[in-house]
Amino acid sequence: MRVLAAMSGGVDSAVAAARAVEAGHDVTGVHLALARNPQTYRTGARGCCTLEDSRDARRAADVIGIPFYVWDMADRFHEDVVDDFVAEYAAGRTPNPCLRCNEKIKFAAVLDRAVALGFDAVVTGHHARLGPDGLLRRSVDEAKDQSYVLAVLTRQQLDRSVFPLGDSTKAQVRDEAARRGLAVADKPDSHDICFIADGDTRGFLAGRLGETPGDVVDATTGAVVGSHTGAYAYTVGQRRGLHLDRPAPDGRPRYVLSITPKTNTVTVGPAEALEVSRVRAQRPVWTGGPRPDAPVECEVQLRAHGDVVPATVELTADGLRAELRRPVRGVAAGQAIVAYRPDPAGDVVLGSATITG
Amino acid sequence: MAYLDHAATTPMLDEALEAYVATAREVGNASSLHASGRRARRRVEESRERVAAALGARPSEVIFTGGGTESDNLAVKGIFWARRAGDARRTRVVSSAVEHHAVLDAVDWLTGHEGAEVGWLAADAAGRLGPDQLRAELAAHADRVALVTAMWANNEVGTVQPVVELAAVAAEHGVPFHTDAIQAVGQVPVDFAASGVAALTVTGHKLGGPTGVGALLLARDVPATPLLHGGGQERDVRSGTLDTAGIVAFAVAVEAAVKGQQEYAARVAALRDDLVERVRRAVPEVIFNGDPTDRLPGNAHFSFPGCEGDALLLLLDAQGIACSTGSACSAGVAQPSHVLLAMGADDDRARSSLRFSLGHTSTPADVDALIAALPAAVDRARRAAALRTPR
Repeated sequence: MRVLAAMSGGVDSAVAAARAVEAGHDVTGVHLALARNPQTYRTGARGCCTLEDSRDARRAADVIGIPFYVWDMADRFHEDVVDDFVAEYAAGRTPNPCLRCNEKIKFAAVLDRAVALGFDAVVTGHHARLGPDGLLRRSVDEAKDQSYVLAVLTRQQLDRSVFPLGDSTKAQVRDEAARRGLAVADKPDSHDICFIADGDTRGFLAGRLGETPGDVVDATTGAVVGSHTGAYAYTVGQRRGLHLDRPAPDGRPRYVLSITPKTNTVTVGPAEALEVSRVRAQRPVWTGGPRPDAPVECEVQLRAHGDVVPATVELTADGLRAELRRPVRGVAAGQAIVAYRPDPAGDVVLGSATITG
Repeated sequence: MAYLDHAATTPMLDEALEAYVATAREVGNASSLHASGRRARRRVEESRERVAAALGARPSEVIFTGGGTESDNLAVKGIFWARRAGDARRTRVVSSAVEHHAVLDAVDWLTGHEGAEVGWLAADAAGRLGPDQLRAELAAHADRVALVTAMWANNEVGTVQPVVELAAVAAEHGVPFHTDAIQAVGQVPVDFAASGVAALTVTGHKLGGPTGVGALLLARDVPATPLLHGGGQERDVRSGTLDTAGIVAFAVAVEAAVKGQQEYAARVAALRDDLVERVRRAVPEVIFNGDPTDRLPGNAHFSFPGCEGDALLLLLDAQGIACSTGSACSAGVAQPSHVLLAMGADDDRARSSLRFSLGHTSTPADVDALIAALPAAVDRARRAAALRTPR
């Protein structure tokens, strides 16, 4: 196949590209320039969008021996990922920008352009398995598994994707990079959100959305127990940084239960009030088999690196509904619910949808 | 492999390469006082005379530098500083929007850091500068102008400027005129003294010499403040141990390029005309950019409506064809050509452009290879570009 390897400048995508070459594919490397102003993005080790990362990707392509180009995706990235991120927070939801980037940039804008230019597929360094059966499975390295942020991909997108790293642990990938003479072998993993330079999400949002003082209200008593400078900066399940004026009557910690952008109110309450047993979600994608017309017994994951719980999932006319076998805390609208079928050969992604409540 | 990017860099001439290697084997710092030093100095001075003779300058007007960017910076900043030091009112630079970044960014730096103001000469749709504009500019501001800088020939679209007329206008007002002649030497006749310019940039690797060596021809009566301070080599205007081997090879290449210019231009222009004609037949919607007659013999520059230049480049590269989209940012992203924008093209047209540049090793087979690959590449690039529209 003629494949396009998306190369972030990190170790994973470099090894993925090298493996694609070894598998006999005709590989071209592409680094995506996502920052409108690269200086404002996280440098080197922590991000994937700086000049240093671009150079690292280019050097990796040299070593692997493949052509290399930089594609300017900054405008698309800002519209579809950064602006979406801000709008979601403004609406009181908690977005996952990595998932959105996969959905809208890597496996949409980039994949579409690649196909138009004559490539058959896009290769990335995601830790997930995608075998000949076309099923997306968790990586053998459970700690590094990225199937959650890939579960949003449709059948058409998966059919044009190659993930060469799913059968390897991160440690194996690093060893292999060193063996192949790739300088990024010991480059630290990227963390956090690439477009928030200092890691201060609240400050980033304040810069975009302004600061509007509002009340923090106790769900049990209805009393105002504190103030904030913008409800959008809070996430359901959050405990730290609430700066409450008075302790709860029972002296137990309180958590964010909900955010109401309309009234700019943050509602707090005890941990058990966070418990959710029923989840509704919209825009479902189902790739683990034919679209089911009956409820499916499976496991669900409700945030990146979150716990997995047994559940019954049902596709409805307008979305997806899940009944959890045991209650889960901190389910935030805007995150994805991903349904998995346990499997000894790697848990299979059945489908996903965006949590609405 | 069809190398159609000679304007980026062209293969070294055999005689230049041989001269380089032979000289590089010899030890000797041209500033040393012993026999080895004297030998190196002799090689440098012989080379200086050869360059001067080939380009119509006096040997003392040849300042060897580390290449075109350094020569441009030395001319723009050095003459600006020296002229302002002589007369504090001279803070204005006259330049054009189609200059190479080595000039543009030096001018921008002067505005940002030295309080310079700029009089911009506009280009017409063919990328040509008009002497009347310069006349008006100098009539209004001559007593405040430090220098005029305008290229001899454009590196992107190949348009050759009326440099002699422009330099004459500047001379009427006693204002030094610098020209970046990097693309011109060896391609069109260039004579420093006859052209009336005060300073001229030339570099080695565009005419069959090595990379990293070039010269600024600087008239004796034009002051320039150094960029590099040190041993005072090169008229106290440019310090740094002389690159004897590079200079020798550079001189060999300049001499050969100038000597062979007419024959080269006739042969390469015929090849280029064939390329242009066949590209037009293969892709009828193509727009041919630059001046149709006053242009560099090896330059063919097109806009491919509905395509993105970087996609075309990728597709042609995969077929073994090397060409250029113009400039790229530091991260490697292709940028819309500032030259085409200055010629009145819109952003889409500027982004849809490719330069094919022929040189001394080009053959009809290179053109055949391009024509064989181009239609399919344009077709694919067009499909890819169509995806940019709203989702």
